[in-house]
Amino acid sequence: MTTPRHSTILDTAFFTAWITRAAEAVEADRARLSDLDAAIGDGDHGTNLDRGFAGVLRVLDSTDARTPANVLALTGTTLISKVGGASGPLYGSAFRRAANILGEAEQVDLPGLAAALEAALAAVRKLGAARDGDKTMVDALAPAVAALGAAAADGAALLDALDAMVDAANAGAEATIPMQASKGRASYLGPRSIGHLDPGAASTVLILTALRDTAAAAARSGPDVEKEPDGDDGD
Amino acid sequence: MTVTEQPRHLESRPAPAPGPVGMVLVSHSALIAEGTAELVRQLAGGEVAVQPAGGLPEGGLGTSIELVEQAVRTADRGAGVVILADLGSAVLTVKLLLDDAAGLPAVLIADAPLVEGAVSAAVAASSGADLEAVRAAAEEARAFRKL
Repeated sequence: MTTPRHSTILDTAFFTAWITRAAEAVEADRARLSDLDAAIGDGDHGTNLDRGFAGVLRVLDSTDARTPANVLALTGTTLISKVGGASGPLYGSAFRRAANILGEAEQVDLPGLAAALEAALAAVRKLGAARDGDKTMVDALAPAVAALGAAAADGAALLDALDAMVDAANAGAEATIPMQASKGRASYLGPRSIGHLDPGAASTVLILTALRDTAAAAARSGPDVEKEPDGDDGD
Repeated sequence: MTVTEQPRHLESRPAPAPGPVGMVLVSHSALIAEGTAELVRQLAGGEVAVQPAGGLPEGGLGTSIELVEQAVRTADRGAGVVILADLGSAVLTVKLLLDDAAGLPAVLIADAPLVEGAVSAAVAASSGADLEAVRAAAEEARAFRKL
């Protein structure tokens, strides 16, 4: 067993911080997400998702979540009931399935996190029946999950693995621009859906970036930042 | 009132005979769901329970898993419920509900156009068709030609 080089603990507080950061990111980018959606959908993705995450924050605030799985299950259930658009069931079942994988664990390691996100992807695929290249959130989530899984299998440090995940999510989202949609409202546009970034892929990037940034912030302020290897990464 | 005929819910009876298969109409719009339900009730007679589940609980367009679940419970008369939904997220919401259907009555989703499918299903339900047959009737509506 290789010991992970990171010292960030992925516990209930960490997961709560992630979801809080994701909610803030969605709120900050609400207009951008809705604008992306207006180009090829019904223009409510930002509003819907922001309403959902605002509800999540209220629930997390008033509930004593005891495990990481608890946090994700509350997040999923609230998104399902509050979002009102397709992203509610999709993100909701993703978070709930991830919660199932984490079980009762009080702390999660990198392979555990990778397995949870793998399950989240499977939930989105199953419910939405979207394949790669359909111009959906799957096009950002699938490469991100693959990158995280590969990094975890290689024994990468947490932050490196999460960086790889976010890079892959961004690349995947960018790749939706030239795609023609074949799922959801955008599919009615046929070829006119080409040339636009998929809003679901964009919000997936926000949520995964919030995960990476939460880990980065925790590493900076963590109790044991013993050897900060500064300035060692000149590409 | 004197009881001369058999009361409907006599305690000695094991279970009431199931009524017709119920129906739930899920739409992003409360107006579409309610309007379709009104039309369907009119065409199918008053026997079939047709419950609308449209829009969000606080108003506005969208679909709410809670409203759908409530409607399913209300529409069930013991023979199960067929759900029809309009677009994308309404369908996803129903699929998600059915994924975790523990404690729900027997429910099937029909892959059918909302209005035509609902009319076709309600007519079948009013004639006493079972759950599978009611769904099949809804799905036959996909092939209805108008011209």
